[in-house]
Formats: sequence, structure tokens, C-alpha cells
Amino acid sequence: MTDAAFTNTPARTQGKAVTVALRWLLYVLLIAFALFYLAPLFVMVTTSLKSLEEIRTGDLIALPREVTFDAWATAWSGACTGIQCEGVRPYFWNSVLIAVPAVLISTLIGAINGYVVAQWQFRGANVFFALLLFGCFIPFQVVLLPMARMLGLMGIAGTIPGLIFVHVVYGLGFTTLFFRNYYVSIPSELVKAAKVDGAGFFRIFWSIFLPLSLPIIVVTVIWQFTQIWNDFLFGVSFSQAGTQPVTVALNNIVNSTTGVKEYNVDMAAAIIAALPTLIVYVIAGKYFIRGLTAGSVKG
Amino acid sequence: MTKSVLAVSALALCVAGAAHAGPEAEVLHWWTSGGEAKSVAVLQEEFAANGGTWTDMPVAGGGGDAAMQALRARVLSGNAPTAVQLKGPAIQEWYEEGVLADITAVAEAEGWADVLPASIAGHMQCDGTWCAAPVNVHRVDWIWANADVLEANGIAMPTTWEEFNAAAAQLQEAGIIPLAHGGQAWQDATVFEAVALGILGADGFRKAFVELDEETLTSPEMVAVFDQMRTMRGFVDPNFPGRDWNLATAMVMNGEAAFQIMGDWAKGEFLAAGKTPGEDFLCASTPGEGFLYNVDSFAMFAVDGEDKQEGQALLAELIVGENFQEVFNLNKGSIPARTDVALDAFDSCALLSAADMSASSESGSLLPSYAHGMALRGAQSGAITDVVTQHFNSDMSSEEAVQQLAAAVANSL
Amino acid sequence: MQFLERNLPKIMLAPSFLAVLIFVYGFIAWTGWVSLTRSRLLPRYDIEGFIQYERLFDSPRWDTAFGNLFLFGALFIGISMILGLVLAIFLDQNIRAEGAIRTIYLYPMALSMIVTGTAWKWILNPGLGLEAMVRRWGFEDFRFDWLVNSDMAIYTIVLAAIWQSSGFVMALFLAGLRSVDGEIIKAAQIDGIPTWRIYSAIIIPSMAPIFLSAFIVLAHLAIKSFDLVIALTGGGPGFATDLPATYMFSMAFSRGDIGQAASSAMVMMGVVFAIVVPYLYSELRAKND
Repeated sequence: MTDAAFTNTPARTQGKAVTVALRWLLYVLLIAFALFYLAPLFVMVTTSLKSLEEIRTGDLIALPREVTFDAWATAWSGACTGIQCEGVRPYFWNSVLIAVPAVLISTLIGAINGYVVAQWQFRGANVFFALLLFGCFIPFQVVLLPMARMLGLMGIAGTIPGLIFVHVVYGLGFTTLFFRNYYVSIPSELVKAAKVDGAGFFRIFWSIFLPLSLPIIVVTVIWQFTQIWNDFLFGVSFSQAGTQPVTVALNNIVNSTTGVKEYNVDMAAAIIAALPTLIVYVIAGKYFIRGLTAGSVKG
Repeated sequence: MTKSVLAVSALALCVAGAAHAGPEAEVLHWWTSGGEAKSVAVLQEEFAANGGTWTDMPVAGGGGDAAMQALRARVLSGNAPTAVQLKGPAIQEWYEEGVLADITAVAEAEGWADVLPASIAGHMQCDGTWCAAPVNVHRVDWIWANADVLEANGIAMPTTWEEFNAAAAQLQEAGIIPLAHGGQAWQDATVFEAVALGILGADGFRKAFVELDEETLTSPEMVAVFDQMRTMRGFVDPNFPGRDWNLATAMVMNGEAAFQIMGDWAKGEFLAAGKTPGEDFLCASTPGEGFLYNVDSFAMFAVDGEDKQEGQALLAELIVGENFQEVFNLNKGSIPARTDVALDAFDSCALLSAADMSASSESGSLLPSYAHGMALRGAQSGAITDVVTQHFNSDMSSEEAVQQLAAAVANSL
Repeated sequence: MQFLERNLPKIMLAPSFLAVLIFVYGFIAWTGWVSLTRSRLLPRYDIEGFIQYERLFDSPRWDTAFGNLFLFGALFIGISMILGLVLAIFLDQNIRAEGAIRTIYLYPMALSMIVTGTAWKWILNPGLGLEAMVRRWGFEDFRFDWLVNSDMAIYTIVLAAIWQSSGFVMALFLAGLRSVDGEIIKAAQIDGIPTWRIYSAIIIPSMAPIFLSAFIVLAHLAIKSFDLVIALTGGGPGFATDLPATYMFSMAFSRGDIGQAASSAMVMMGVVFAIVVPYLYSELRAKND
């Protein structure tokens, strides 16, 4: 489905003028929506480039009169997130240490789960899948307290492995869903034939399914990375000094209670904290659509 | 303090007890922004100077809600922080859960009972033992004003609510927003308690918001309090909901609005903008007798390990120490909790606050702020705030508000 | 060995199964238990009956929060779906710079609401944002004061939520449109079937699984919407924009009323169960046939 719709339909009888007008309208609408989506980012970027003085006196959503990058420098390495005033930089690394393993592990487990549910049907497999899907809907506020107790019992409270564990557990629903929907579209004859040839469970996964999986892996990784990188609730509850992720640092900068607010630094810090996910979306966005195209569609 | 040092000290906490490394403390607090963070850093420096290792665990947001969430998770996982910023009856609530440490030894050695006002000392004690150390005293019932605006309109700082209403009406005529206000529940509650103190008086306030006396909660005076809130609703601009308190302060600063009712952290905003108290802006207590205090404090949690217990003792000693009390409060805009600190370096608003505190302490009108979690436990103060903010943001009648107030309090018990 | 080989699929699922059983259903059961107690600051386990539920249904604030869940959820899911589909169809018309536009539509999903909330707050604030701007252009009567209006504030939450998620839904649908068999569409075009009929009769019906994915993603976002409310309105004016998730959070963590929080969580999950399970059931069943 590409260029078809409004251009070479049998509308040849209608005037070309109508077609041109429609296309103009289409572009106007698309641009209007683009402005809608960009508006908050515009406010954030312009605010981050203003001086505090200008923010205090001027218009909050106007262009900066004088552009300054001070706020960015402060946010990266000078803003106070507690008694340390080193900006968000030290916390960035914690987030990487949490997000990367958590994304890899939950994607791998999701792939195997999806593979089993889609291709190795046994009694109860669907029940398992339904239970897992419903698990996606549990509000995370509910699990905070019992999870804290469990992490304490397991001896990984306040540690990075603990946070990885939590993210993996609550990421399983979605990763399994993605892979299951993708693998369902692969004909089951393939598995049968491979079994006849004597290939085992892992052999089939490794040499048949995994090579086909790149698109859905991209989708899953993007999804999981966004969720985990942006997570605040788990990050704040299950960390201790030294393991706090970047969202907690961001929150500490932004949400002062009785202190003076530096909006330019807040905004710069927010953009910096969001850069990894933004970059992932911009670079991998193309593959994202492609991956969704290849997967999840054919139920 | 670098990242690696932090990581190492975190590691040290994990393998606690391996070696005696001197006093240690992991401190959970929500003072994260510029001025506040610098104030806490003073304590950390003193702690380090005495050979201690400070591990910082800051969690900001929601006036400490996020920190309380982290605290619960930490306590449940058996990994409580050494010291936690806690205040008001929450200290006693945590004590009842059996998780607080006893710091009576330090308190007695340092003679806290002699230097702290009795009502503030009361908050720091659990069943006769000391369990928390006070840092500062914020006064909540302040009214701030733009000096030029008042002068231009020939208005003096109001000393009664009638005067305030008259002044506000006059300012409104002149096209100035009389009251800068941010419509967030806690700010609504802050204004409400200032009004309540003025109208109910100190005894009435105590009966209503400390003792939860039903008769006072449903009295005609309480109806009058809500009436005054309704009047004040007419003095704020239409765009007030959700506004941050500091944006409201900015409105007073640039002359867009005349008054703001807010605790003394608002002073920090004025000072940060280079304004001088007495010249550019004025501070006064809100109409009526009494003093509503909001005392920040640190509670010590029961932890294992000699290092940490030593850390707790040292921390408690330093917090109430004269030097920290002075430096911290100069930074923060509040006044020292100890009454024997020299106030030479403090500004006129702080001096007024200190004088009023000792006067009201003697006359028995030194009262805990309900809006800032000093007077009541969370469930009750929250229930009251729900009614206050709902009344302020709708056309509910004062009589109905009073009924709901009594019902909400009863439901929360 | 034979046994192992035969049961390998089950063995591979077992850890996940166990994890879900404990960390989802076990915790729900735990919450159910706590909701029957008088837990305050920390959980306690002495059952006291249904007192927390009585308190919950007596609370006007809960009424508002509960009602908002339905209003917010329905509008958010409905509008995001429609907008996502429309944008996907627009973008499917051989648009120049499609990649750039797509990225612009998609990026909000990458940002957390902790600070986009502040930007939204400014834009929506009548005195600072859109209303003030349009008025400066000379339209003195322009009004856009939803944020500060108790009756309308919930719609600003809907607006910001749609902003965040509709691009993602657009991506899902765009992927769906792209994967429909081109041959069928060509054949339809040759038969002279109008474009809108091709969409409504052929393409969209073939995308049913996408609707399931989109629904799951959106419904889970709707139920978990929390940051959004905190950042944008803090639940106000008054408590007009409270949602069950924010109610639960404030009971559990700022009020030290864990029993009450647990009871609200149970009611909330009951609602989720009632809505999501039949939907999942019918969808999964349809697929297996």
C-alpha cells in the first residue's frame, strides 16, 4: 500500500484540481498535527536556552531574547540533586547499568516465551498467556510494598540487580506478547518439518526463529528501553544512595518543594535525561515501523 | 564527593561490619534544590570534618511524598536508611511501627530540653525517649506584600481580616490582583489555616486541628472561616489553579499582585531576585494572634552496625549544634529551633519570627501547622485538606463545608 | 532424557509462570488481604472486615476519581485510536518527508511526563499559554481555560495523554496498513472501488489484530496514568482530576493509610478485570479458531 489512495484512483473523471486541493489540505493537516506534537518540546527547548531572569520577567512561551547554554551545562554537571551538585551525569551511568541488562534479559525471555506459546502449544499454554497479558494491567503502585519485602528477602534490595529483576518481571507481559504475535505468523509446518529432521527445541529456535526475528527484536527493545529508561516509580522505591537512576535525579532537580525554581535548568535536565530514548526513536524509528509491519499484524 | 566515592561508600554499607570505619550515615531527605541542598551540604561537611562518612539519598517531590514512598520500601525490605527527614506526628507513627532508634543519650548529653521550646521538643520525643532532632522552624502564617503597590494605594499591612478584605477590595478596584495564590491543595490549606488561626484564635485552632474536637469543627466560627475563604476566592485571579507557589511569589514581586499568604520559604524567592525586606517587600504575620510552626527534623531509624549507630549519634549532635542551626537557617529562610543561637546575621523578617516565637511560646499560642503535617497524622490532615480544597474550588456553601469537614474527619479515624 | 526433551517447552515457561504467579497474582492476593485490615503506615495482617471499603465508598474524593477513570479511559482510548488511524492513513498517501513527520508524531512516547508536564502546564494555563498568545494576536474573546476549570480540567489530562500516545498508535496502524496484501488492493482499484471503500471494507477489517495490540497498550497506559496527573494538575482544581492511581498513591504514601489504598486498588483491579478479560477472551478465542 503506497502511493495509491488519492492519486491514481479511478477519480480521473474528477478534475485534477480537486486532487491537488485535497493533497494541499492533507499537508496542511499533517503540519498542523506536527505543530501540536512539537509544542511542548518547543517550550522546553526555548525555556532551557533562556536566563532565569528572562523567565521570571518575560513570556513563558516566547522565543529567548538572548540564547544561553548555561542551563545545559548546569543540568549536566552542576545542578544539585541533593548535597551533590554534579548534575544528572553521575546518574546517567546507573540508568545504563539498569536499562541495558534489563532490556536484554526481558527480550530474551520474551522471545523464548513467545516461541513456546506460539509454536509449542500444550494444554495450558493459552491460560499462561492470558495470565501474563492480564498481568500487564496491574498498576505498579500496588506492587511497590510487597515487592520491597520480596527484594529484602532475596537480599537484593537497593541494588542494581534488584532493579533489573523488577524491570524484567514486569516487562515479561509485553515482550511475550510481541514475540508471540510475531511467531504466530510463522507456519507451524516449519517446526514440524524441522522436528522430523531431528532438530530439538533450541536448535529450531536458534537456527529458524531467531534469524527471522530481527524486526520484532527491534520493536521489543525500543519498547522496553523506553519503559525502563523512563521509569521513576521503581527507580525511586527500590534504589538506595548510589544506585538511583537518572529519572530520580531529574525529579530531584525539578521537584524542589520550598526552594527556588530554576526552570531553565529543569528543562535542560529533562531534555538531557530524555536524549537516549529520543535518539533511539529517531534512529530506530524506521526499523520500528518495519518491525511492527513484519510482526504483530498477522494474528 | 565523586561518583566513585559514592559507589564505594554504598558498597561499604552493603558489607557493613567488615571493618570499623568511623561514623557512617545514609541520609534520606527531600532537600534537593539549590538553596536547600546547600543548606544540607553544611551538615554533611561538619559530619565529614568529624570523621563521618555521609551517604546522600535525596528523593524530592510532592512535599516529601516520594521520599516517604522510598522510605516504606526501604523499611519493608529490611534496609532502612540511617537518618530520615521526617516531621510532626509522622515521627510518632513510625515509632509505633517499632522502627525508630533511641537517641536519648545524645539529647541528654547536649541538654536539648533546655534549649528547645517545649512544644517543639514534644515533637521530637516518643514515649518519653528522644527519637528525632529538629533542624529549623518555619513560620507558616506569613503574609507577604509588595511595598510599592501598598504605598501607591495608601494601604498599610492589614492587622485584621476586615482590614485585609477592605484593602483587597480597594486593590481590585485599582486593577491589581489582591492575593497571589497557587491553587494546589497544600497551598489552599496554608491559606485556610492562617485564616482559621485568625478567626478561631489559638485555643480554637488547637481544639479544631490538634484535638479534632467535633464541636469546634462544626461551630459557627468555623463557618465564618469558610466564609472568609469564599471571600478570598474573589481576591485571586482566575488562573490560579495548579500554579506553583513561587510563581505566585513572582506575581507579588513584579507588582502584578499585592499580597501572598505563604510560609517563610517565600522569602528565599524574594531574596534570590535581589529584593530587600522592608524596602521592596514586606513581611508580617497574618491577622490574629499566634504562631504556626513547621519544624523540619531528622528521625533516626533502628539500624545494625556500630558505625551507623555512631553516625546517628554524631549526626543528632551536629544537627542541634549551634553552628549548623545558624548556618542552615540563614540559607533556608527559617529560624533556628534552638532559642540560644545569636541572630545577628539574620534579616528583619527572621528576627520578627524569632521574637514572635518566644512570645507565643510563653502565651501558649505557639501552634503546630496542620497544613504542613505538624498537627495531625496524614490520614486526618489529608481528609481536612480534601474538604478545604474542594470548598475553595467549587461553589460549596460554608455550612455544607463544615458538615463535610466533620464527616471527613470521622471517616478518617 | 526423553522426558526432558518432551517437556522442554513447559520447563522453559516455568520460571516466567512462577514469576507471574508470585509477582502479579500473589501480590494482588496480598493487596486483597491488606485491604481487609486497618493498616496505616506499614502493612499489618489482622483482618478487620470490610471497613476500608465502607470508608472508600463514603469518600466523595473516591467518587470523583472513580468516575474520572471511566471518562478519561474512554476518551483517551477512543480518541487515540481514531487519531492514530487517521494519521496513519494520511501518512500512507505517499507523503514527502514521511520519515520526519512520523518521528515528530512518535517522539512524545520517548519522553517521561515528569517535565513535559511543566511545559504542558504553561501551554494550557490561560494567563501564560495558548489563551494569552491568541489574545495577543487580537482575538480578545478567545477562551481556553480548561486547566483552571474544575469541570473541564480532566479534559486537559486527556489531551496531554493523547499527545503522548497517539503517535505510537499511529505507528502501529501505519505498520498494519503497510502489511496489507498489495495485490488485493490493486485488484480492488482495478475494479473501480473508491478509495474510502477500500479502506473501510478491505484494509481496516484486515487489521483487527492491530486493534487488539493498540487497545492493550492504551488501556494499560490509561490505568497506569499517574505521572501525567501529578505533573499537570496535581489532581486539582480541588480534586477534580484525581484518578484511582493517584488516589491510591496519596492514601498509601502521603497519608499513611495503606489499608485504604489497598481497598481502592482492589476496586480498581476489579474494574480492569471486568473490562479487559472479556475483551482478551473474545480476541484470543477469535484468533485460535
